[in-house]
Amino acid sequence: MGKLLNEQIVSTQMLCKDVFIMTIRSEYVASTAKPGQFVNIRCGGLDAMLRRPISICDVNKAQNTFDIVIQVKGSGTQKLCSMCQGAVDIMAPLGNSFMLDDKHKNICVVGGGIGTFPLLYLLKASQSTNKTALLGFRSGEAVVLEDKFRATANTVEIATDDGSYGKKAFVTELLEETIQSQKPDIIYTCGPAIMMRKVAAIAQKNGISCQVSMEQRMGCGIGACLVCACKTQKGDDWGFSHVCKDGPVYWSTEVCWD
Amino acid sequence: MSDNIDLSTNIAGVQFDNPVIMASGTYGFGKEYSEYVDLNQIGGISVKGLTLKERKGNKPPRIAETPAGILNSVGLQNPGVEVFIKEDLPFLKKYKTKIIANIAGNTIEEYCEMAEILGDSQVDAIEMNVSCPNVKAGCLAFGTSPKGIEEITSAVKKYCKQPLIVKLTPNVSDIKSIAMAAEGAGADCISLINTILGLAIDINKKKPILANNFGGLSGPAVKPIALRMVYEAAHSVKIPVIGMGGISSWEDAVEFILVGASAVMVGTANFVNPTIPIEIVNGIEKYLEHHGHTGLDEIIGKMDLND
Ligand SMILES: Cc1cc2nc3c(=O)[nH]c(=O)nc-3n(C[C@H](O)[C@H](O)[C@H](O)COP(=O)(O)OP(=O)(O)OC[C@H]3O[C@@H](n4cnc5c(N)ncnc54)[C@H](O)[C@@H]3O)c2cc1C
Ligand SMILES: Cc1cc2nc3c(=O)[nH]c(=O)nc-3n(C[C@H](O)[C@H](O)[C@H](O)COP(=O)(O)O)c2cc1C
Ligand code: FES
Repeated sequence: MGKLLNEQIVSTQMLCKDVFIMTIRSEYVASTAKPGQFVNIRCGGLDAMLRRPISICDVNKAQNTFDIVIQVKGSGTQKLCSMCQGAVDIMAPLGNSFMLDDKHKNICVVGGGIGTFPLLYLLKASQSTNKTALLGFRSGEAVVLEDKFRATANTVEIATDDGSYGKKAFVTELLEETIQSQKPDIIYTCGPAIMMRKVAAIAQKNGISCQVSMEQRMGCGIGACLVCACKTQKGDDWGFSHVCKDGPVYWSTEVCWD
Repeated sequence: MSDNIDLSTNIAGVQFDNPVIMASGTYGFGKEYSEYVDLNQIGGISVKGLTLKERKGNKPPRIAETPAGILNSVGLQNPGVEVFIKEDLPFLKKYKTKIIANIAGNTIEEYCEMAEILGDSQVDAIEMNVSCPNVKAGCLAFGTSPKGIEEITSAVKKYCKQPLIVKLTPNVSDIKSIAMAAEGAGADCISLINTILGLAIDINKKKPILANNFGGLSGPAVKPIALRMVYEAAHSVKIPVIGMGGISSWEDAVEFILVGASAVMVGTANFVNPTIPIEIVNGIEKYLEHHGHTGLDEIIGKMDLND
């Protein structure tokens, strides 16, 4: 259950141009958050009045802290990243979470850009014996948290659009190669919609179950305003479910990708 | 709460414990916010707009943030009035907060049918939404002329067992004549304002942000317009008026009461701060105490224009 909390910022550090990692002390979030959930943060001011949803990237239960990684996009994330100390007003943890199953010995995460961040906590929380992380970024300068991914996954492969780091490829190409050598039991993906749609198609073609973390503009973050619609299958029909409450995580086959 | 101050307000025979009501469409069916706020402390909840049959709503994106406001185009997504009564109303009735059913239709007959169905339910009042800017057929069309308002209000009133609140649109040039038409046709109360039709652009894509192109503006940006309209409406009718539009603090709520609102509705501010309704209730009470008043009635409509 999400709570309205006023929590202390421990630190905010720049990871690369326009990307910051913020550590927040919160016993409640650290002890209850599940991979895939997000926090809805009040940035403040009349140009970023609405709260901004940001995924939980990592949790440190021993220290009672959790991390979020924020990419500056507009005024809200700009304000957020300039907060280095003091308190933040958050609603957390919100949303459902990735399904982790001990039966899955071999898991693969596929992330693109800011979508890579929530996958780190997923990898840490998973008990699987073989974990593969396939991460896609625009260029080498945008690659962040590589060491943390290497510390928790057995295999980490990085693709960049311009080839300035790792392999010059789309991350979906890495996925097709990975499936050739060792078929994962489940794929988890988060990133741009076109990327996830492709990942979902690859998973379906290969008969692998797949979970996707969807993104949508939000109002309330808790299921009351109905703005964060995502078209999903409802039996033979379809309907709009709500990313903040019914998601952000869906089975790839639930989502209507049209 | 102190014992000597009476925050209750009477709207067409329905006694609200306090004048702070949650605006339709911003509070779902109450359940989501019940984890954050004690619903017993809220005067009332106007539920998400209901239609006769289920509506899926508009394509996303359905929201765009603009300076001090938001544009939405939800398109009245809801499960339909019968499902609401069966599955959502029982939860709400566990609380003492008053429940207002907000209804919207494509035809006058649909509004009448919904009012009839709700007559046998436990809702405390009906709010007729003739002002939703986000659906193509009906709805707003009834709300933009005195004749349209008159026709639909008198028809629906015949089917109402509960008091009928008519929710007005700000997308008109003369709110007074619209308010008077609603009163003349038998409305028990009017509420205003619904959202103002607006447009937000993504300059990189050279396209509107909302999939539905246009949307309804709400939030602090609309408050001065809403206040002026509530003032004008309240001064042209004798029935009670519920005021809303951009209320995000107790001071805002007091402004609406001073210009003539017997109760206020809070919408967009809930998204920013879920405890805002309680802060507004407490703030109004302190204000009354500070100014030596014992009841809300002593300040309703007590703002006079300058000479
Ligand atoms: C479930 C979820 C998890 C997210 N996790 C992260 C994360 O871990 N790290 C991160 O950097 N970003 C994340 N985002 C995206 C982040 O919420 C947006 O980048 C941010 O809201 C932009 O706000 P702004 O004021 O800086 O930008 P502006 O462009 O000024 O924002 C204007 C409006 O558009 C909305 N908006 C703009 N872009 C997006 C977007 N991509 N998704 C949703 N709403 C958007 C804003 O919330 C705001 O209402 C996540 C989004 C969702 C829905
Ligand atoms: C997301 C959203 C959905 C809304 N849905 C409805 C609705 O279903 N019926 C209705 O009468 N008004 C609806 N409204 C209008 C509000 O009830 C209210 O009139 C308006 O938002 C102005 O108040 P505010 O500035 O406090 O939000 C909606 C507003 C928002 C922001
Ligand atoms: S953001 Fe309000 S329902 Fe999802």
